[in-house]
Parts: sequence; C-alpha cells; structure tokens
Amino acid sequence: MLRIDSLTTDHGQVRAVDHVSFDVEVGSCTAVIGANGAGKSSLLRTLSGLVKSSSGSAHWGDIDLLKLPTSEIVRHGVAHVPEGRSVIAELSVEENLTLGALWRGKDPDVAVTKSEVLDLFPRLGERLKQGADSLSGGERQMLAIGRALMARPKLLLLDEPSLGLAPIVIEQIFHTIDTMRKATGLTVVLVEQNAVSALGIANHAIVLSLGKIVVSGSASDIASDESLRHAYLGY
Amino acid sequence: MQQFIDTLILGVSFGAIYALMALALILVWRSTRVVNFAQAGQAVLSTYIGLEIHRLTSSYWIALIVAVIAGGIVGGLVDLLMVRPLSRHSGTGPEAAVAPVIGTLGLLAIVQGVVGIFWGGEFRKYPAAFSTDAISIGGSRIPFSPFDIFIVAIVLAVMVAFGFIFQRTGLGLAMRAAAFGSEVAQLAGVRTGRVRTVGWSFAGSAGALAGVLITPNVFLAPNSLDLLLVFGFTAAVIGGLESMVGGALGGLALGLGLAIVLQYLGSSFTFMAAFVVLIVVLLVRPQGLLGKKGARRA
Amino acid sequence: MLKLIPRPLRTLIVIALLAVVFILLADRVDEYRVYQGATIAAYVVAIISIVLLTGYSGQVSLGHGALMAVGGYSAALVVQNLHWPLWISFFVAVLGAAAVGAILGIAAARLSGPYLAGTTLAFAVGLPSIANRFTALGGEQGIGYDVGLPPARFGDSFTQYKWLFWICAAATLVAVGVAIHISRSRYGRIWRAVRADETAAALAGINVARSKVLVFTISAGFAGLAGALFSTTVFLVAPASFSLGLSFLILTGAVIGGVRSIYGAIIGAFVLIIIPIIAETLSSGASESVATNLPAVITGALLVLTVLLSPGGTAATFEHLAKAIRGKARH
Repeated sequence: MLRIDSLTTDHGQVRAVDHVSFDVEVGSCTAVIGANGAGKSSLLRTLSGLVKSSSGSAHWGDIDLLKLPTSEIVRHGVAHVPEGRSVIAELSVEENLTLGALWRGKDPDVAVTKSEVLDLFPRLGERLKQGADSLSGGERQMLAIGRALMARPKLLLLDEPSLGLAPIVIEQIFHTIDTMRKATGLTVVLVEQNAVSALGIANHAIVLSLGKIVVSGSASDIASDESLRHAYLGY
Repeated sequence: MQQFIDTLILGVSFGAIYALMALALILVWRSTRVVNFAQAGQAVLSTYIGLEIHRLTSSYWIALIVAVIAGGIVGGLVDLLMVRPLSRHSGTGPEAAVAPVIGTLGLLAIVQGVVGIFWGGEFRKYPAAFSTDAISIGGSRIPFSPFDIFIVAIVLAVMVAFGFIFQRTGLGLAMRAAAFGSEVAQLAGVRTGRVRTVGWSFAGSAGALAGVLITPNVFLAPNSLDLLLVFGFTAAVIGGLESMVGGALGGLALGLGLAIVLQYLGSSFTFMAAFVVLIVVLLVRPQGLLGKKGARRA
Repeated sequence: MLKLIPRPLRTLIVIALLAVVFILLADRVDEYRVYQGATIAAYVVAIISIVLLTGYSGQVSLGHGALMAVGGYSAALVVQNLHWPLWISFFVAVLGAAAVGAILGIAAARLSGPYLAGTTLAFAVGLPSIANRFTALGGEQGIGYDVGLPPARFGDSFTQYKWLFWICAAATLVAVGVAIHISRSRYGRIWRAVRADETAAALAGINVARSKVLVFTISAGFAGLAGALFSTTVFLVAPASFSLGLSFLILTGAVIGGVRSIYGAIIGAFVLIIIPIIAETLSSGASESVATNLPAVITGALLVLTVLLSPGGTAATFEHLAKAIRGKARH
C-alpha cells in the first residue's frame, strides 16, 4: 500500500507540492491529473528521490521512500518512468533494457523478465541492436516502460507516458499497462495531462491544481462530472 | 625516405603514451564532465611510489603493479574527497563551470608541492623493462627499441581491456549509463556516485601507467609530467573527448605530427606544433575527429 | 546619500582616492614594499583580464600568460628597436596582445568548456618556446625593458623603484577605470547575457560569436598591458617569465579574489604576493625542499578551499557580509 501523507515540496520560493495526501491500494491504478504545472511531475520526482521533499511522508509498505536515495528505490520494488528523456539515446535498445535489470545481478530470472517485456512490446524485439536514438516517440516510450518493467517492480510510477504520442499509440500503451496491471497485481500511479485516457484505465483519481489536491474520488465519478472537467481538466 | 619512416616509427611510441594519458582524461571527462588537470600530479605521485618500490624490491614488475594500483587508489580518493563535494556545492554561473577545473588545478599544485617536499626536485630516471636500444633488422637500425614495442603492446592491451569492460560488462554499461543519462541510470538502480569513483580510479591507473612508461625517457621530477598532461589533453581533444578510440587516434596523430616537426623543424617548434595541430583539427571539426556534433558543448 | 552621486563619478572618486593612498604609501614604506607594490599592480591588471573573460563572459582560458608575453615582447621591441617612449610601448603592448587575442577569440568562439581550455593551454605552452628560437626576440636571454630613471624634477630622493611603482600604479588605475567602464557599458550587459544563457541571448538578437571574440580581444589587451608592466618590474622580457605557471597563477588570483569582481582583482593580487611570504615564514628552519615547494602547496590549498567553500571568491564573501549587514541595519 502506498501511503502519502501531507507531502510538501518546494522549488526555491515556489511550492510545487502542497500537503498532498492520498493512498493507493496494492494492485490498483490511481491517476494523478491536472493542468500543466500543477505539481504532478514534482510529486513523482519527490517519491523517487530526484527532488527533496520539504515535509511530509511517503510510505510504500513499511519503507519510507523519502529516506531512500534514488538509486535504492528500485531495489524496493519501485520503478519510476520520468517524463521526457527517459531512455538513454547513446545506448542500444537492448542495453537500455539490460540497464533496468542491472541491479538484479546474476539472477537467472532476468532472461525470463526480458522475454516477457519483449512479448509486451514486440516492436522493441525487432530493434534490439539499434541505437535508442533511432526509435520513434512511441517506441521510446515503450522502451522506457520496458526498462522499468525489467526491474520487476511492484509499484510503477508513470509520468505523462502519452506526451507527444499519436492517439493510436497512446491507446496501445495504456491498454498494455492496464492488462499488465490486472495480470500481475502491479500498483500504478499514473500522472497525465491526457485525463481521458488516464481516467479510462484508472480505479481512482486525484486532481491537482497549484500543488494541492482539489478533487479525489473514483475515476468513473470524476470522468462523468462535467463541471469538474471544465474547471480543472479543460474539456 | 628512410629518415621519414624512422620519424614515423618514433612518433608511434610517443603517440601511444599520449593516447594513454588521453584515455585517462577521457575516462574522467565522460563520467564526470570534468577535465582532471590533477592527472599529472596523480601520475607523478604514482610513479614516485613505483620508484620507491623498485628501490626496495628491484623488481620492475612489482613496482609497475603497485604504481598502477596506487594510481587507482589516488584517483578514487580524489573523486571522493574533492570532486563529489564540489559537485554538490556549486550552483550555476561561471563559478560552477570554472570550479572543477580550478579545483583540479589546485590539487595539482598541492600534489606537486607535496611530492617535491618528500622527494626533492632533481630528475630521476625510472627503469625500463626492456632494452631501450634501437633494434637492428638485417643491416639497418630502426629507431624502435624493445621497450618501445613493449609500450605500444601494453597500451594496445589496456585499450582493448577498457573497451571490453565498457562494452561487454555490467560495470561498463553502468558507467556509460551514468555518464550519458545519470537520472535514468539512478532510477534503474545504478549507484552513480560509486560508478563515477570507479571511473576516476581507472583513470588514475591509466595515468600512472603512462607516467611509468614515459619516465625512462622523459625523467621523473615533480613537474616533469605537465607536458605529458598537455599533450594527453591535446590528443584527447583532437580525438573528440568522447571515445577511447578517438583518444587513441588523437594520440597517434599528435605523436606522428610532433615527431615530424621534431625531425624537420627542430625541438623548439614542437610545442607550437601541438597547438597548431589542435587548432587545425578544432577549426575543421570542432567536435574532434570522432566526437558527435554538438557534443563539444560542455 | 552616496546614491545621489552618479556612478561614473563615484568610480572616478574611488580611483582618485586610491591614487592618493598609493602616493602616500609609497612615501612611507621601504623600498622593497614599493617594489612589491609594482608587482601587485601588474597582477591586478592580469587578473582583471581573467575577470573580464571568465567572470563576465564565462570562458576559461589557461593561456593568458602567453598573451602577457605577447604584450611584453611587443612593448620591449618597440622600445629597443624604435626607441619609442615607455607610455607608447604600453599602448603597443595592449594592441599587440589584443590582435593575437582576436585571432584566438575567433577560434574560441567556436569552442567551449574543455575544448577552449585545451586550446589555450596548448597556446600557453607553445608560445614562449617560439621566443627561445628567434634571436630577433632575444632568445633565451630575452630583451631588456627599462622604465628609465625618474625625471629630475622629482628630486634626488625619488628612487627608481618609486618611479617604477608610480608608473605601474598609474597604468593599473587607468586599467581598472576602463574595465569598470566596459563592464557597465552595453558590452558588459551583452557579455553577461551570453554568460547566463547563450541560447536565450542569441534569440534576443545578440551576435554571440562576435561578442565572444570581442571579449577575448579586450581581455587579451589587458593581459598585454599586464605583461608589459610585469616586464618593467624585472627590467626584462624573457621566455622564462611567461611559463605555464604564470597562466595558472593569475587564474588562481582571479578565483581567490572573486572571478566576477574587478575590485576582487586587487584582493587576488595581494594574496598572490602574500603567499610566498607566508610560505617563507612557515618554512623557516625546515629543509630546502620544503621551502621551495610550500608556496605551491599553499596556493593549491587556497584554490581548493576557495572553490569548495566560496566559489565566488573573497569578493563574494564580502558581498554576502555586506548584504547581511545592510539587511540587519534596516531592521
């Protein structure tokens, strides 16, 4: 269970995350939606340690995520796919995937995980030896998610996976995430500006505005609340 | 013609050592984006240590191994004690860009000063593993000695070893990931701090090896490796600062160029020649021979 | 109340006050200190050249020692061969070094970071060796460069060292004034914009390459003057005075004084002079190898400490203190 309690993060003078509290049940998907600059990315980056929190706590099981350095979170089952440059262009596709499982050392199951990931994203299998910079936007996102999955995480933090992708690709990726979550009991926190797609696969949702939670509830309730959508989600 | 070939051969053996120094600088540059001017001091210190071990054991090989290990330890310590705190403190602006360079320059001065205090300033000759006389084949002599062959062989072996480590091992992958995408690497579980320290250790060892190989010829004194640093850096920049192969090519190009200048123009032009080679390469290809375009921005 | 006086006038007053202080000091201290004062003056100008280039424009040069050599040699040559007066030779030093600086600057505009550092490093190593080679440049012995005797009207007690100090200090004060003026001008603003964010500056219409060449040229001009001043203090221009160590030394002075601050150059210059003195006191009684090497250790340690504790140098520390005091005074 992911428990976030009054989490606050400041960027200099700006309060990016303002006393945010919510829980995520194991095996469920919570969407974090809101306009640009609402603090969604900052929230995930605080959880993964890329950014220091100012106050509050975040517990995954009985581990306090905020006390861990970034390179340790994956060893506790937490994988973060950051927004934007989330693959290493100078490495090959295969190397990016191998990177995701490096910390597992000589675990023989790594090969199994790899074939599972390639089953999920066959396009990557076709381009294993190619440089990651030769991939299209959608393929890069698949590679980024694949890299995270190579760690066999229990908690997956996804930051705007749909950014810059064509609708068909977005649908494909979200479908894959949803299927995988249902099959493996993965817990997912999905940050998105694309509220429609996110609400489509989420169980719960929280809406952030200026760092604060303004609405939280079940995904279907929020999706059907028109005034809410107008006010915070722009449609 | 014979003279020209002789000159080229001479250039190769020097070029190999420049390539080794270039390698040390490239290793650190790729993992930390810092040019480690203290490399000259680290190499000098390691070479002096090797000299002491040789005095105690009379064994070239034990001294060599100890010097290389010492270089690795010193390199790692420099990262832990100076570079890591530095990268935590500096913000943005010219101070941040200049700070690591200045830090390594300061460290160079400290190391050279301390070395001078303990060992004094006079030149010493570091032993060579093999004969340094020119080889005769048939009736003619080539300006290549068994020791020169050893130099080229060992540098090639080191390059192959590093190449293997970087491209085929998990450590190498971690090092490349940490250098090119530190954030993603951390999220994937790579302890980038430790990996960078390893990079600095490798660089320190490479620098120590370069020092040991060149001091039978160039002699050992606290400042005597400064020139090696300059040439190594020049070679690294010519090669593009990004790849070891580039550094090797840069070292070779510089060695050959300097040998030619030495033969036909005299010794006082060699330094200026290094500058000219550098400028020409950078004007024609600002990213160096093998660098990627845009990669020249720090 | 101070704010009522316009800035240019304020600067002029400060410089005039400094001039008076220097004149008075020169009368009160002994010959050796006066001589050191001249050296400090030369260091100040040299450090200013680094402040302009690195502090204001963000480029790192390890080769300014060689630019000083160009200035020194240009000045010495016109005095020796053309018998031009000393003041003109200073201008020649500035122009000669600036010309070379412009060429370097054109290369520099295309390079950044370590590539620029490497190129200037190679230049610093390469240039002095040229002088060794050509007899027209005096070879290893170099060329004599003399400020001459003080004018008779100053009387008998006006020593040559004092004359040397006056000349160097005057040239330095002029240089400081010019540097401050430049830093406040349009060019200063352009360079600071480029330093902060090259892309943004280019988008704002600044010709980044041209501004880089310009700052390099101007910085070189200051280095040239410093080279001429240095040479006056040793009455000689010779390759050995312009080793790689000199480039590092003035970089050190700039960092310790504060790489962004022109007034910090004065602090940096003082530190450079003090280090050998401190080293001497610390190493008295110890062996010779300690004595020769301690200055290097102290210099290096100061550099590392500055960079770790106060990257902005002493000038930045003073600024923080001043802000803290002003802040407290307001409450």
